[in-house]
Amino acid sequence: MPIRTVYEAKIEHMQILDEDGNLDKKLAKGTLTDNQVIHLYEQMRICRELDEVAFKLQRSGRMGTYPQNKGQEANAVGSALAMKKGTDWIVPAYRENAALFMHGLPMHYVLVYWMGDERGSKMPDGVNITPLSVPIGTHMLHATGIAWAHKIRKDKDAAVITYFGDGATSEGDFHGAMNFAATQQVPLVFYCQNNQWAISVPRERQMKSETVAQKALAYGIPTMQVDGNDIFAVYKATKEARARAVKGGGPTFIEGVTYRLGDHTTADDARRYRDPKEVEAWVAKDPLIRTRLYLESVGKWDDKKQKTLEEQAKKITAEVVRTAEEIEAPHASDMFDSMYAELPPQLIKQRETMRTSSIGQNPEQAGLKASPERV
Amino acid sequence: MTTLPMIESKIHPAVGEWELPEFVAEHELPSREGDRIIQYREALREAMSHEMRNDERVFLIGEEVAEYNGAYKVSQGMLDEFGPKRIIDSPISENGFAGMCIGAAMAGLRPIVEFMSWSFSLVAADPILNNAPKMLYMSGGQWGCPIVFRGNDGAGGQLGSTHSWCVEGMFSNVPGLKMAIPSNPYDAKGLLATAIRDPDPVFFLESERMLGDKAHVPEEQYYIPFGRARKTREGDACTLVSWGRPANFCLDAAEKLAEDGIECDVLDMRTIRPLDMDAIVDSLKKTNRVVVVDQSWPFGSVASEVVSQICEHAFDHLDHQPVRVNTRDVPTPYAKGLEYEYLPNPERIAEAVRGVVNA
Ligand SMILES: Cc1ncc(C[n+]2csc(CCOP(=O)(O)OP(=O)(O)O)c2C)c(N)n1
Ligand SMILES: [Mg+2]
Repeated sequence: MPIRTVYEAKIEHMQILDEDGNLDKKLAKGTLTDNQVIHLYEQMRICRELDEVAFKLQRSGRMGTYPQNKGQEANAVGSALAMKKGTDWIVPAYRENAALFMHGLPMHYVLVYWMGDERGSKMPDGVNITPLSVPIGTHMLHATGIAWAHKIRKDKDAAVITYFGDGATSEGDFHGAMNFAATQQVPLVFYCQNNQWAISVPRERQMKSETVAQKALAYGIPTMQVDGNDIFAVYKATKEARARAVKGGGPTFIEGVTYRLGDHTTADDARRYRDPKEVEAWVAKDPLIRTRLYLESVGKWDDKKQKTLEEQAKKITAEVVRTAEEIEAPHASDMFDSMYAELPPQLIKQRETMRTSSIGQNPEQAGLKASPERV
Repeated sequence: MTTLPMIESKIHPAVGEWELPEFVAEHELPSREGDRIIQYREALREAMSHEMRNDERVFLIGEEVAEYNGAYKVSQGMLDEFGPKRIIDSPISENGFAGMCIGAAMAGLRPIVEFMSWSFSLVAADPILNNAPKMLYMSGGQWGCPIVFRGNDGAGGQLGSTHSWCVEGMFSNVPGLKMAIPSNPYDAKGLLATAIRDPDPVFFLESERMLGDKAHVPEEQYYIPFGRARKTREGDACTLVSWGRPANFCLDAAEKLAEDGIECDVLDMRTIRPLDMDAIVDSLKKTNRVVVVDQSWPFGSVASEVVSQICEHAFDHLDHQPVRVNTRDVPTPYAKGLEYEYLPNPERIAEAVRGVVNA
């Protein structure tokens, strides 16, 4: 028997809007209207402003560690617009703020969360977003389960999108989620924000495969690479993925090729491990720059509009910070809230005792009752 | 921009409704006496099948649960009744199906996740310990996680160290989960029925060594509340506290001891999260002596916790220091004779009681 090829594949890369603001009109057909482009541009700019504000909050000790989204915003806004707000689900990692805002999350929630308060992960009614997931990769499985529930219940016109980084594709959870999603054909979009870095580990040392997208081939999942800084390409790919999902065609994988312009988080200093030339080259590919160039080229944007937007972004974010900081801090005894659907008697006892003693685990404990009221 | 609202608390509607069964007192539960003799595994199956008939959100997933009827035949015939959409053979990926079912629970399904053995749940540590029990907490009270993880726990009979885990010692340390460890077919059915109805994540620990145990089990569905121990024998010389398989060894030991006139109060805890400390303290008020029997390793074990709590709650009632009978502090030996010596067994338990009573 001769040796024959039993499998061959290729990975396509789609770019519609290049870094100079030139649009491929043919590919762009039926994607974004100019008004939508303006909307997405505004969202990206406001999100960028929030990044700056959050950075300063952290530096001045008013907030904990925060991961900036800077440079990756097109992935979030393009894909979020392609998903259906209110029926679809977003299962996020932590670097797609703009997508969450577009699907109804009030902006201050993100700040409340990173200031260290679980209540920031509690979504308002009707907002189909799960809590930010910092354990790398675990939420991809949750997304698969949510999508699977849609399928089991025969929910019409409902899909799920989950975001994760290039580094996350090294986790076992990624493998488990991809394999399940494919074998169960669940309505799910896997969106990988390949920002080239996982903290200080560059993509080339994270994986030997040339693209992240090709990993999906092994699971039998349709896959492609898009220019993640191009809202047109991101939107088009996600739109098609969603259409496939709701038609019963199963999951799709999208690799958005992008770049983390900022540090990994506010606890990091990327200058210690990144070549400034590399960063410079990516600054030129910034999604905000090219989107603005495009809008100017079609006569939809000018300096005056830009100035208004920047003022508006400052105003909105200032309001968001004020709202977040005004939320009353939780009381110590609140730590027992949300433990179980109903708080069991043992925990009720502990909660009672903590008011009168710093060590007691049960109120009957001898000698511990006399301490003054605490909390 | 309008002023943003304060964050308030409510469980997300996607998690769905739950209704806890109406619990009755122990003596109002259907009788334990009768001639409907079935195996422990059948009792488990009856509990699951009943809930699945009544609630279409409930499903069973695991390795070999469908076509093969379960690696230990717990799910025998369930594929025929419920079909492949609800009895699901999963790829071999504990981490994968455990994590995915957390998502499914958050989105309103009621998964029963079968681990062939709890030993294999170790590769799913992140979803079961780091996600499920914390989901409600970390989402500010929004995402409940109504899910049952179940499977064989403990030395299965010469399975070697990697396959003989007693995970309760380690896993019960985690707040946010519930844990049931039935010792007999009757409790297996009644506790699993409750576990499936429960809105929180439940770790349900069975034992390969008990799956074939037979007893009368009522046909109707009944619900044993969590956190209620059962007194399986009355006596005033010493209290024996245990759960799961060794609860039966305690009865064997108590019978032997009775021949010498030593009568024990024997408590089968049934769930260890929540733990019915009141039952232990009540018994101690009468016996003033206690031996705690636990088939997990001694260091930082459930028995250690029980003894600590006894000291906290009932120190004044003790006439003797509390004594533990755990496994030996070594990995589960492979050799037959060694495994028996390693586990708590009736002889070791009786010896401990004699020491406590004769002191
Ligand atoms: C399971 C787990 N392992 C390690 C970490 C620590 N950690 C936080 S972010 C990160 C890098 C993630 O890189 P990537 O997936 O590319 O996402 P990015 O931060 O670049 O958006 C690591 C290793 C973690 N949070 N969770
Ligand atoms: Mg990355």
